[in-house]
Amino acid sequence: MNSTSATVPSAGLPARGGPSRTDRWREFFRREHLFLRRPLNLRSRAFMLLAALAVTAAVFFPLWQIRLVAPQYQEGLELDIYAYRLVGGNGGQDLNEINTLNHYIGMHHLEQADFVEMKWLPFAFGIFALLALRSAVLGRMASLIDLGVLFLYFGGFSLGNFAYRLYSYGHNLDPKAPMHIEPFTPVLIGSQKLANFVQSSLPQSGTLLLALFPVCIAAAMWCSRREEP
Amino acid sequence: MKSLLNFLLPAGAALALLGSSGCKPAGTPSSGAKGGAGVAANSPAARTWVAPGQKDEFYLFYSGGHSGQVFVAGLPSMRHITTIPVFGRYPGTGYGYDEETKKMLGEYTWGDVHHPGLSKTKGLYDGRWLFVNDNANNRVARIDLRDFKTHQILGPIPNSMGNHGSSFITENSEYVLVATRFSVPLPKGRYADLNDYAKEFNGMVSGIKIDPKSGEMSIGWQILTPPFDWDLGSTGKGPSSGWAFWTSYNTEMAHDQLEANASQLDRDYAAVVNWRAAEAAVKEGKATMLDGVPVIDPSKVPGVLYFLPVPKSPHGIDTDPSGRWIAASGKLQPVVSVFDFEKIQAAITKKDFATDFRGIPVLKYESVVEGEIPVGLGPLHTQYDDKGFAYTSLFIESAVAKWKLPPWTPEQRADFNKVVTDKIPVHYNIGHLVVGGGDTMQPYGKYLVAMNKMSKGRHISTGPSQPESSQLIDISGDKMEMVYEAFTEPEPHFAQILKVDAIKPIEVYPKAENTNPNAIWDAKDASVTRNGKVVEVKMLAIRSHFVPERIEVNEGDELVIHVTNVEQTPDMIHGLGIVEQNVNVVIDPGETKTIRLPMKKTGVFPFYCTNFCSALHQEMQGYLAVKPTNVASAK
Repeated sequence: MNSTSATVPSAGLPARGGPSRTDRWREFFRREHLFLRRPLNLRSRAFMLLAALAVTAAVFFPLWQIRLVAPQYQEGLELDIYAYRLVGGNGGQDLNEINTLNHYIGMHHLEQADFVEMKWLPFAFGIFALLALRSAVLGRMASLIDLGVLFLYFGGFSLGNFAYRLYSYGHNLDPKAPMHIEPFTPVLIGSQKLANFVQSSLPQSGTLLLALFPVCIAAAMWCSRREEP
Repeated sequence: MKSLLNFLLPAGAALALLGSSGCKPAGTPSSGAKGGAGVAANSPAARTWVAPGQKDEFYLFYSGGHSGQVFVAGLPSMRHITTIPVFGRYPGTGYGYDEETKKMLGEYTWGDVHHPGLSKTKGLYDGRWLFVNDNANNRVARIDLRDFKTHQILGPIPNSMGNHGSSFITENSEYVLVATRFSVPLPKGRYADLNDYAKEFNGMVSGIKIDPKSGEMSIGWQILTPPFDWDLGSTGKGPSSGWAFWTSYNTEMAHDQLEANASQLDRDYAAVVNWRAAEAAVKEGKATMLDGVPVIDPSKVPGVLYFLPVPKSPHGIDTDPSGRWIAASGKLQPVVSVFDFEKIQAAITKKDFATDFRGIPVLKYESVVEGEIPVGLGPLHTQYDDKGFAYTSLFIESAVAKWKLPPWTPEQRADFNKVVTDKIPVHYNIGHLVVGGGDTMQPYGKYLVAMNKMSKGRHISTGPSQPESSQLIDISGDKMEMVYEAFTEPEPHFAQILKVDAIKPIEVYPKAENTNPNAIWDAKDASVTRNGKVVEVKMLAIRSHFVPERIEVNEGDELVIHVTNVEQTPDMIHGLGIVEQNVNVVIDPGETKTIRLPMKKTGVFPFYCTNFCSALHQEMQGYLAVKPTNVASAK
């Protein structure tokens, strides 16, 4: 801002009628270029360190929970989804119970081995942590934007992939199953009633930690928005 | 003001209680009262409270599943009153230890009791007998309600495998009708490859004849069926008099992985059996003998068996009190199909059949169905009240649905959801349900008992072995109301509710009726008689001694004891236990029981009264002395 205002006296001649269109574009790119090259201040770097910590910690916390409640399961059956594992509630027993129940409608067994994502997700988190650390050390505004866009894409893809998983589990039902039901999609966020079960699906602490990642990026950007390039 | 209310409320409750049932003692509404509010007069607690000394209004006879027994509780208190042992030994009443009951139990040590059926006259309970089936060993037992004891066990029934579709009593107790759950190669004992299931295996429907005077059962006739798995049934009444109905699963005739393979077709066949026609066919010699029983081949004797398609993997099929409507529930379809027996009859008369299956006409579903009621998930069984309503148990949903029987208005027909008037949750996974008199022509209504397969979390913990839960539902109003729950021994399936005043059980066996030739009534008639190696004792038991008190036998003898309880006072029961001889008989007043045991162990064995009888009960004892062979021969 200060640097652009320095050009004002020369552009302020009344006869010229303002800067030309080319000049205005040039000026815009110059400003953006300067913005992207802006270094991060200490506070922003701290935020990026926090972002790295959050995304690393997210590996160890449940990302999502699917919960099933029925009259005879008042205490609920729980399924916790981590970046690298699928964990049933009640010491793991709930996963077996859910699979036992699902076989009546011919739903494919839920097995950790089937989730290829769980093999690479922790590494993806790790890469984000490294990139965040990189920004913390060598950080300029551009790296924050790259990282933010990459993360948004990653988040969108993950959610989409999760939704697709849910869809295929509810739609690829064994036609020879004892009970025939209309194919369905388990709800991604919120609750719905499926036969005698109320199914709820909600993000958990891991996802909240992941959500902290773009928040940290935004905060880092905000803190360093006035730094000199 | 509040303290005044606190004072008035319990007083009001006590008065209401007094008013509602005559002479209950004051101060009874103490249970569950917290903060001095007492029990409101119309609360479930007040309505189900049967004060000490007061009596219940109904008997609940409920089956004990694989415990092999029948339990008796009172309604509305739900208190367990007694256990009637049927297919298993029961030390408490000495059942299965004396020679007579040992013989009745035969070689089996257990049975799987499923569906008790009360005897009927003109479609109403006559309070004479209760019949129960043994799913495991193909038997039927008769309990006499005069003494609440098992008097006959018939079976294993020939050509019958898995006696589950039983015990359905015809309107005048002509028959206990039975259908087999499993199909096997017949006659039993014949081997066939399971891969030839559809060709070599068969099911069977049997009419167990009941002697109208004695209740003695014998096998009347049987009808051969394709190898479906027959399930629940019911007998007709009124217009459907002389007919019976059973659902089946496995119309697919699968022989493995039935869970999936018997759940493939959208409809299974129910059997519609004209048992009077079957009876007549046997008289006319149209049956062939198989394992000593006249068996009808229904493809050769038309008019005996029809198939009715029922959606999907059905379980219960229940005739309503009028005998016209038959409700069948597909456990994998959330509706009850209501069939009109008049339409069934019309279709049979017009020969309006969809097709035939192995020569058996199959009725057209659309021609005989009256409506499909969307009751909810996992409908199993239906019972009826006295006001034209039906109650269907919903296994998957863990609920009971109340719905209205036909006739239906055009508006209701347009949307059958409107026929379902109420629903109540139960805990959990209800199987059968029973309404007082719900299978008769005049149900009592008033109470419904939900018999739930799971009880978890409803009681103080009992470890991994959980009881079953039975919940009492008041059905006298528009809305069902859960008023009590109780926890029972394994594992009730079905029950019958009988008005208490419908029967008058004896309380002693009158001396005059004891025809046992070994009974003695006077101490001077007591005797010990040796006949070769058999020592026969005629013993009496009275407060507080046995006669004789001393029995001497030799090692290797066979000891036979006939013991008569000469009391004629109600509740004056004696027991005879012999220490370390595994002898336990319980003798009711006026009863004679016999035990027979080889004398293998030498020594002196005390015997004593096991059933607390009097102030000197502990002194009621004697000695059995068994002399070693060398001592005995030295004398």
